[in-house]
Amino acid sequence: MFSFELLLDAVVIGVLLGCFYAAVSLGLSVSFGLLDVPHVAHPAFLVLASYAVFFLNEHYGVDPLLAGLLITPIFFLFGLVAYRLYYETFERRGSDAGVRGIAFFFGIAFIIEVLIILQFGVDQRSVTATYVGKAWRIGDMRIPFRLVVAFGVAAALTILLTLYLSRTYMGRAIRAVAQDQEALRLMGANPIWIKQWAFGIATAVLGIAGALLIIVAPVEPTLDRTYIGRTFCVVVMAGLGSMSGTLVAAIILGVAETIVLTLFGASWAPAISFAMLLGVLAVRPQGLFGRLS
Amino acid sequence: MKRRTLLGGTVAVAMLGLTSGAVAQQPPIKIGMSMAQTGGLAGGGKASLLGIEVWRDDVNAKGGLLGRKVELVVYDDKSSASETPAIYSKLLDVDKVDILFAPYATVPTAPLMPLVKQRGMLLMGNFSFQVNSKVGHDMWFNNAPWGPADSWASSFLDLGQKAGGKTIALLAADQEFAQNLAKTAREVATRLGMKIVFDQAYPPSTVEFSGILRALKAAKPDIVYVASYPPDSAGILRGVNEIGIGDSVKLFGGGMVGLQFGAVMENLGSLLNGVVNYNTWLPEPKMYNEGTKAFFETYTKRAVEAKVDPLGYYLAPYGYANGQMIEQAIKAVGSLDQKALAKYLRENTHKTIVGSITFAADGEWKESGVVQAQFRGIADKNIEQFRSPGKQVILFPEKLKSGDLISPFEAARK
Repeated sequence: MFSFELLLDAVVIGVLLGCFYAAVSLGLSVSFGLLDVPHVAHPAFLVLASYAVFFLNEHYGVDPLLAGLLITPIFFLFGLVAYRLYYETFERRGSDAGVRGIAFFFGIAFIIEVLIILQFGVDQRSVTATYVGKAWRIGDMRIPFRLVVAFGVAAALTILLTLYLSRTYMGRAIRAVAQDQEALRLMGANPIWIKQWAFGIATAVLGIAGALLIIVAPVEPTLDRTYIGRTFCVVVMAGLGSMSGTLVAAIILGVAETIVLTLFGASWAPAISFAMLLGVLAVRPQGLFGRLS
Repeated sequence: MKRRTLLGGTVAVAMLGLTSGAVAQQPPIKIGMSMAQTGGLAGGGKASLLGIEVWRDDVNAKGGLLGRKVELVVYDDKSSASETPAIYSKLLDVDKVDILFAPYATVPTAPLMPLVKQRGMLLMGNFSFQVNSKVGHDMWFNNAPWGPADSWASSFLDLGQKAGGKTIALLAADQEFAQNLAKTAREVATRLGMKIVFDQAYPPSTVEFSGILRALKAAKPDIVYVASYPPDSAGILRGVNEIGIGDSVKLFGGGMVGLQFGAVMENLGSLLNGVVNYNTWLPEPKMYNEGTKAFFETYTKRAVEAKVDPLGYYLAPYGYANGQMIEQAIKAVGSLDQKALAKYLRENTHKTIVGSITFAADGEWKESGVVQAQFRGIADKNIEQFRSPGKQVILFPEKLKSGDLISPFEAARK
């Protein structure tokens, strides 16, 4: 079964798929990686964004990517509210905030799932766009446009987030709060507001990532369960809080999965992400691009 | 005398009141089931349940069964096999239901078969495949028209062989239902002397099928047999459209679940063209029986309110048929005795809105009622088109046939 053409094809598709994984993981890289918020509802937020994009595409004919941009401010506000609720209810209260926080976000994920079912039913939903369902032909190779779109958007998001976190005052504050919240407080900043803002950014990113999710494949209300393992795997493997690391880790995961799927048997593919995660944690506990504390 | 008449009248009225009160207070006949309302099987589960509910309302409007109303006790199994044994234990021990209907699909049904057999309960199956083959429960009756285990694959591969197919590629989801289908397809292919050139199981969590379809295409098969669940079916067809499947392929499809559901069909639109897939009920003239039209009139109205599959062809009429069969059995036996009901169901032919059903010893249909149909002339984003005949042309069985196969696959897609 092995051939050079198949291997090349698997690598190309893997890189594109990896970029898609990166796009859906970047928000988590901020919320979990930088802020230490056990945000297990991240994939549920993602699916919610996909349904919002579906709604705009289905009823108003808005292009899915544009719809993703349009819902970004709403998701930013949603993120601000969600973090404030989490903080007031759990984080402020003490040491077991982590465990209770997980329960809180599981609860939110469940509520989102039920609300989607009530509003849209349980059937699969997809969007129409000129780049959905067509492929780019290079020799014998055909590259789906939707994956090329995911590649471009993931690259743009990574660059934007990296620049934001390194060049802007608020971005630097977010990185500072991730390292030493108390020091930031002594310098007169309000770390809770900074974390709330960062959580808003992480959720806003999901607006566009949700658009990619429904561009790449149809969505259904419980799709978040498929992505919870992959997104956390990418973020932990990257090294908590590293945006460029998230992109690289996701590409490694995508390529590994696709090569196994194409050349060695599809049944082994899901084991790849967890095997890689365990391998990375064993050799480099801080992740591929994380710093030692 | 007047007083006596008054007293007599009062007593009579009181007695009548007591008697009618006794009838009214008769407990309902409880039919218990779990049904996927969330998770990957929910699309089918909801439509199936609505079909059963339409039957319940019809039978209650006619006065119920044995003078008692029919009540459904339903729990959401979340499309999970791990949920159903506990749900059915609760149905039997806490809810004390009289009759059991199985959940929709193979995966949630399989783990409850030993429990049902151990408790000596009749179980009306609901679109599972070969769940009774190892358990051998003699009170199992499946409403799905699969019939003999290999009929599903053999009807498809026969078509492929007639189109000149000699090699086959198998692509199946890595779960019980799809693997059962793949197993029978392997056996039938071997029997027909076909060479299997590609045989892969993919995990249900697969997001992107481009890579696996490239590998399949490289094997240059004549026939591609796919056994997939709804989320995967859409991903595979989209991948086929983008990557292509090669000129060698004469027949594509077979066992793709999801291509029978209105929303999935509407989403995929023209990507469906050329695919030959198994099906159950289709709006082709020969598929109408007594009550079919009336059922769909009611179903279509209620489906909109319930946000359920607006077409409901695949499962809903068979849910209704399950109700019809148990109704006929209870009326004939005159009680809820499980063994007597099972004996009646095993020994008689049952008239339903999906045709006459007779069961074989294993509880599956004696004669296969599965159809293989080819999608033709499908446009994008138009669900109403599927209500017309000619959009899914029946190629098998001969008695229901409404057209001939267009092959090869690439030509049929145009």
